[in-house]
Amino acid sequence: MSINNYLLNMGWLSSPSENFSKQLKSFSKRECTAAEIQFFARHSLNINTYSKLAKIINEAIKRKDDLSPLINFNLAVVSSATISFIIPALVSTAARYGIALTVHEAPYNQVMQTALGHNNCFSGLKLDAILVFVDYEGLPIQNIEKKYGEGDEVFDVAINYLLQVKDNLKSRYNAPCIINTIPQTTENLFGSIDAQVSNTPRNLIQRINTELVVGLNDSDNLLLDLASLAENVGLSIWHDPIMYNLAKLPFSQQVVPLFADHVCRLLAALRGKSRRVLVLDLDNTLWGGVIGDDGINGIKIGHGSALGEAYLSFQQYVLKLHERGIVLAISSKNNDKIARSPFISHEDMVLKENHISVFRANWENKATNIIKIADELNLGLDSFVFFDDNPAERKLVREQLPDVFVPEIPTDPAFYASALAAAGLFEAVYFSHEDKIRINSYADNRRRKELRESSLDMNEYLKKLNMTATYSLVNNDGLKRVVQLISKTNQFNLTTKRFSEQEVSSRMDNDKYFSLQIRLEDSFGDNGLVSVVMCEKNHSNWEIDLWIMSCRVIGRDLEFSAINEIVREANKKGISNIIGRFIPTERNELVKGHYKKLGFEFVKDDDGASVWKLDVNNYNQHNVPLKVIHN
Amino acid sequence: MDNNEIMRKVTTIFQEVFDDDEMSISPEMTASDVDSWDSLTHIRLIISHELAFNIRFDTTEISELENVNDFIVLLKQKIS
Repeated sequence: MSINNYLLNMGWLSSPSENFSKQLKSFSKRECTAAEIQFFARHSLNINTYSKLAKIINEAIKRKDDLSPLINFNLAVVSSATISFIIPALVSTAARYGIALTVHEAPYNQVMQTALGHNNCFSGLKLDAILVFVDYEGLPIQNIEKKYGEGDEVFDVAINYLLQVKDNLKSRYNAPCIINTIPQTTENLFGSIDAQVSNTPRNLIQRINTELVVGLNDSDNLLLDLASLAENVGLSIWHDPIMYNLAKLPFSQQVVPLFADHVCRLLAALRGKSRRVLVLDLDNTLWGGVIGDDGINGIKIGHGSALGEAYLSFQQYVLKLHERGIVLAISSKNNDKIARSPFISHEDMVLKENHISVFRANWENKATNIIKIADELNLGLDSFVFFDDNPAERKLVREQLPDVFVPEIPTDPAFYASALAAAGLFEAVYFSHEDKIRINSYADNRRRKELRESSLDMNEYLKKLNMTATYSLVNNDGLKRVVQLISKTNQFNLTTKRFSEQEVSSRMDNDKYFSLQIRLEDSFGDNGLVSVVMCEKNHSNWEIDLWIMSCRVIGRDLEFSAINEIVREANKKGISNIIGRFIPTERNELVKGHYKKLGFEFVKDDDGASVWKLDVNNYNQHNVPLKVIHN
Repeated sequence: MDNNEIMRKVTTIFQEVFDDDEMSISPEMTASDVDSWDSLTHIRLIISHELAFNIRFDTTEISELENVNDFIVLLKQKIS
């Protein structure tokens, strides 16, 4: 399944079995329990199955059946478009989030009338929230004559309308409003400049959305970021002009379940039902391969291979979740000591032991382990998400612990992060005051301006990158990546010598050679192992016979830091000169002036190559804006 | 897909949409013959068939439908 289908079809949910529809039908003939309702709601549903399930739920609520632990929620819906279709999807989706939802619908396209109390449609109801759905066509600006490129009148009319609707609804019904950002249009007027020209639809939508985001930040109303959902889905899929013309359906029917899911995430978060713990498997989930079989140097994690990068990017996403407050736990079928070893000693692991609150690697059943994790954290199983590449483990946990959410996941780890994000299991409706200040638009503009000004000065720019270079002798951990860099690097390569793994390996722990590997981290993330310098001792000199650097970190002055380091080491070893050699090829023009730039003296031309010399005892350390770590 | 197969599939979809296991359809049947066939059900019918047969009806096609027979004829055209 492509990731786009994964999102549209909500691929994280289990797909219904063949006789799902029949099963559902048999339930509609009798009363059913909350557990049974939730069983159905946890599957991905289509227009017919969610209608059927919604009917069962509506009747159960009407009969006042005992549906605990589902909690009751009264949602009013006010819309400028036809939203009746979406209501059954809302009701059945809410059950997945532990909510028995009753929806009260205002008449079609009577948004302001409802807000001003003209139609009494919600009188006497105790509402928990009001979903206000307004799309671009629902704004009262369609007939205003628009002068492109000038004036704020149209924008003012639109935003005032939305704010009035929101304020009146809230004070009249005493319930928080859920306001959506407006999905962008695909109908450009001028082209790329639309966003810059005031009063084009793109420009208006952008301004309205920005205003809504800022305006709702301080209130207890909730933001439904439909614009970003539509972006994820793709605007050309989101908009369906046939159905809009036929029945004023505001978006494609394909996205109805996804829309309902996003609304219900907010309702769940509002009732404190968002999940808080992510339990992860290890082998083929956090790294490629099996640590018990492949060993610490055999697992795929980190830079140097696409597969290693894929797992790395998933770890980076998991780490971000941890940083925003999600509790991490491990459940893996492994020997504990072996399972922990990558966290402790693999340099490319982004996740470290201290990020993991509970680490359970053993040979017990995973459901048992998750129960123990829940006990240890003192949290209910309904705050748990379990992420495992193995379908059998997922099935087992899903069956034994139905309250734990177990997303189905794509087979390609490159999509793990976006899949976990798409499932939206950790929705939050509040965040801290500090965060609010940070997203303040004034501060944002100022920061952007600062960045622009400062990037004029290269030195300042480099300083702001917060670079850390980590130096170590070439070792077994880095060997594979070193050899790979040697074979792949063409531009920043002084000699273009292609040493084999055996050649590099034979130089390790050998006094005649000095081989340095460099990792670089900066504010954009960890670049991994990016540079290698290898020297051979000849009398009291070191001759550099290999100096390479990955093109992703060119222009960071890392080579100045490297020569500082080489000279420092040379001093310790009593070396008097460092000899550099530049062998030109068709592709290494970039480093033609390398040794001169670093302060080497030209010695001679040697069969097309140039030879350079640096006196270790008369060396002045370069001042380089990065932090150095020795490892 | 032969005629019978199409009819069976269409009948099942009608039964699901109208939530009536006993429902049978005939060529001359129109929306006014079925009580619960309102504009919303109509859309659900169209969308359910689009999903089940993996097709899209265009604006003209939808506008020209008069009865079940028109619908079946159109459907056959689309999937052939």
